[in-house]
Amino acid sequence: MSHSPLPAQAAAEPAGLAARAAARIAEHPTIALTGILAILVLVTGFVEPNYLSVSGARNTLLQAAPLGILAGAQTILMLTGGIDLSVTMIATGSAYVAANQSPEGAAIAILLGIVVGLVVGSANGVGVSVFRVNPLIMTLAMSGILLGLFTAWAQTILQGSTQMGPFIKLIGGGSFFGNRIPYSVVVWALIAGGLIWLLRRTGWGRLIYAIGDNEIAVRLAGVRVWQVRITAYIVAGVLGSISGILLGGRTGAVDLQLANAFLLPSVAAAVIGGTSIFGGVGGYAGTILGALILSVLNSMLTFLNVGQAIQQVVYGTIVLALAWGYAGLTRRA
Amino acid sequence: MSKSQPLLATDKVAKSYGPVVALREVEFAVRRGEVHALLGANGAGKSTLVKILAGVHPADAGVVQVEGQAMQFHDPVDAMAVGIGTVFQDPALIPDLTVGQNLQLSEIEESDFTSWLEWFDLQDLDLDALVRELPLETLRVVDLARALARDPQVLLLDEITAALTADQAERVFALLNEWRKQDRAAVLITHRLAEVRRICDRATILRDGRNVALFEPNSAASAASGASTGTMQDIDEHELVEAMLGADVSELEESDEPQPTSQPQSDPSTSSQEVAFAVQGLNSGGLVRDISFDLRRGEILGLVALEGQGQERLFSLLSGDRQPSEGNILVAGSQRRWRAPSDAVADGVVLIPGDRLLTLLPNLSVRQNLVVPLFSRIRQWLRIPADERQRVMNAIDRLSIDTRAASQVRRLSGGNQQKVAIGRWLVAGFRTLLCFDPTRGIDVQTKLEIYTLLRELAAGGAAILLYTSELAEIQLVCDRVLIMHDGRIVDEQNAAHATEASLLTAAHGLEVPV
Repeated sequence: MSHSPLPAQAAAEPAGLAARAAARIAEHPTIALTGILAILVLVTGFVEPNYLSVSGARNTLLQAAPLGILAGAQTILMLTGGIDLSVTMIATGSAYVAANQSPEGAAIAILLGIVVGLVVGSANGVGVSVFRVNPLIMTLAMSGILLGLFTAWAQTILQGSTQMGPFIKLIGGGSFFGNRIPYSVVVWALIAGGLIWLLRRTGWGRLIYAIGDNEIAVRLAGVRVWQVRITAYIVAGVLGSISGILLGGRTGAVDLQLANAFLLPSVAAAVIGGTSIFGGVGGYAGTILGALILSVLNSMLTFLNVGQAIQQVVYGTIVLALAWGYAGLTRRA
Repeated sequence: MSKSQPLLATDKVAKSYGPVVALREVEFAVRRGEVHALLGANGAGKSTLVKILAGVHPADAGVVQVEGQAMQFHDPVDAMAVGIGTVFQDPALIPDLTVGQNLQLSEIEESDFTSWLEWFDLQDLDLDALVRELPLETLRVVDLARALARDPQVLLLDEITAALTADQAERVFALLNEWRKQDRAAVLITHRLAEVRRICDRATILRDGRNVALFEPNSAASAASGASTGTMQDIDEHELVEAMLGADVSELEESDEPQPTSQPQSDPSTSSQEVAFAVQGLNSGGLVRDISFDLRRGEILGLVALEGQGQERLFSLLSGDRQPSEGNILVAGSQRRWRAPSDAVADGVVLIPGDRLLTLLPNLSVRQNLVVPLFSRIRQWLRIPADERQRVMNAIDRLSIDTRAASQVRRLSGGNQQKVAIGRWLVAGFRTLLCFDPTRGIDVQTKLEIYTLLRELAAGGAAILLYTSELAEIQLVCDRVLIMHDGRIVDEQNAAHATEASLLTAAHGLEVPV
C-alpha cells in the first residue's frame, strides 16, 4: 500500500517526537523492521561469531519457513478481523496424516495432509461466517476437538508410521546449491509470492481488507461477506497444512506436540509485521520480516542458553508491547 | 419560590458536533405544574437539548439551571440526582440482559419499578425476560417506569408515544396530568400535534438549533386552576407548523442557497417513461404500512418524513437488507425476492445509506473504498479489471473528490466522505439509486455538487429515490415527492409546487390546504 506521508505528520504533530517517530514507523513498517532485523543479526553475531555464516543463515531460514507460512494464515485472517487459534493443530494433524500415509508415497501423503487443512478450514469458516461464532471461540474449540480426535485416532485409524518419507524430509529439512539454500525456503518464497499477489492484486484481496475494516459497508455494497470469510479460513487451513508438513519433514518424526510452540509466534510475527488484530491494516511483506525477526531472536536466545520457557515469555511480552503500542497509535489518530 | 424560579431552565445553551452546529444560544424554561412541548422539524436540535438537560452531553456554552441554581452535569447520574428523569428516543436498555438485570445496573428497587408497571397495565411482565426479546412498545414502558422509579421532579420524554399503543399513550397522558397536579413538570417531544394541543400547557419551538417561538396561551390562569388538561387546545395545529418553519424561511430563500445547474424536469413527458422500480403494498413490523409507489427512469422521486416515521425501515426493505412481511418489489416489471443486499445490487438497485459509518472503510484508501462492488461475484475475485484505475480516476474527477488525504478515508471531510459513498456506485454502475439523506451535515458547496450530480444521473436514465430531511431540497432536486407519516404514504405533491410549509404540514399527517 502506498501512503502519503503528509497527513500522518499532521495527525502526530501535537504528540511530540516519539509519537511522530511511531507514526512514521506505522506508515512504513517494513523499513523499521528491516533495520530491527539487521541489528538483531549483528547482535546475534556478536554473541556467537559462527552465526554470521552460510550455515547460520540457512538454519535461521529453515526455522523461519514453517513459522512464516503459519503467520501467513494468521495475517489473512487478522486482516479480516478474525484469527485462527487452531492453525497449529491443523499443522500437527496434517503432518500426522502425511507421516501416516508416507508409505503410500509422497504425493498421496502430501495431498491427504492438505485435505486436513481444507476440511478444518472449511469448518472454521462455516462456523465463523454462517453461524457467527466468534473466531477466537470457534478456532479455540476446533483446536481442542482436533487434539482429541488425533489423540484417539493415533491409537486407531492413524496407527502405523510416524516417520515422514524421504521426499518430505528433503523438502522440509534438506538444502540444495551446495547445501546452502533450504528447499523449504523455496516453498515459502512461492507461497509468499502467491499471498502478496492475492492480497494486493486480486479482488479477493481487496475484499479481505475491506471486510476487516467495515463488514457492514461491504455487505451493503453487494458482497456476500460469508463467501469471503469461508475462503479466507480455507486458505488459512491449507497454509497450516503446508507448514505442518514442512515442519514434520524437518524433524523427521511426528508427534501430537509438533507445532504446539508455534501458536503464539505465528500471531506475533504478523503483529510485529504491522498487521492489526482488529482487521483492515497490514500485509504479508511485514509478516515475512516478523517471522525472520522471531527466528533470529530464537537463535540468539538459544546461543545465550535461554530455555524454551523464557523464550515463550519473550514472545508473549513482544505481542503485548506491540498490541499496546498499536492501540496507542490508533487512539492518537 | 418554586413559582418564581423555573424548575428546569437553560440560558444561552450552545452545542456543536464537529462542524455541525446543533444548538445556538437556546433559552428554555419549564415551570412546576406544566407539561411543556418541545417542537421542531428534523434536526432542529430537540434531542440535543434533551441530552444536555439529561447530562449525557455537556453544553459547549451556556448554563443549565435547576430551580435557579446553575448545574454542572458530568454524566447522567448527576442529572438524575437533582430530579431529572429522562426517557430517550431509543431504548436505553442492554439487550442481552434481562429486565431485572437492567434494573440492578441502574440501582433501582424492583418494587418501585413494578408499581409503575401496574400503572401501565404491564404488571404481568416477566422481569427475567431478555430485553431483546421484548417488543418495542414494552421497552418504551420499561424505560419510562425505570425513570419514574427514581421519583423525578421533571420528566423528559423524547418521542415516547411514537412506539406506544393507543391505550398505553392514554396512560402516559393520565400520568402527565397527575404530574401537573402534583406540581411537578414534564417536557414532551412529539411529532403528534394533536397530543400537544390536548395535554401541553406551553410549547417551545426550535428551528436549526435556535428558539423561534414560545406558545404560552393564558398560562397563568389555567396553571393556577389546576386544570386536568393542557391549555394548548385553542392553538391551531397549522399555526404550530408555521412556527416550526420559523422566521428562517425567508432568510433561507434570500441566502445563497445552492441552485442546481439543471432544473427538475416537470414536463409531463417524464411520466410516460418506463417504470424502473416499483413497490406494491409493502408492510413491515408496523413501521411500514401498505406502501406502494412507482419510480420511473429519469425521475427523482423525493420522500419526506419526520423522524421515526418508518423511513429507515422502508429503505432497508428497498435495498434488500430486510424482507417485507407483505408486499412486492418489482424491478423493471418483474417481481423480486431479495434475501440480502447482494441480490438488490445484482438487480441494479443500490443504496447510499444515511450513516456514513455504514458505507465507508475508514482506514482504507479512497480507491479501495470505491472499488468494493466490482468484486461482489466470486468470478470477479481473482483479477482486478484492467480499467479499475481509470474508473476510479473518472469517479474522483466527476465528483471532484479532494484526494489530498486519500490514503485513509477517515481523514477526509464529511462532504468528501459522502462523495466517496456516492462514487462507489459511479464506479460500479446501477439503474436505481436509493439515497437516504445524502446531504445531511455537509457543506453548502458539496450539497450543490450532489444536487447537480443527481440531476445528471437522472438525465442519464437512472431512477432515483431521495429521502431528505432538508425540505428545501425537494423543490431544487426532485420531480415528485411522497410524504410519509406513521408508516404510510399520506400525500404526493408535485415537487415544483411543494413548499416547505405544504411538506411539513403533510408530514405531520395534516390536510394540506389547497
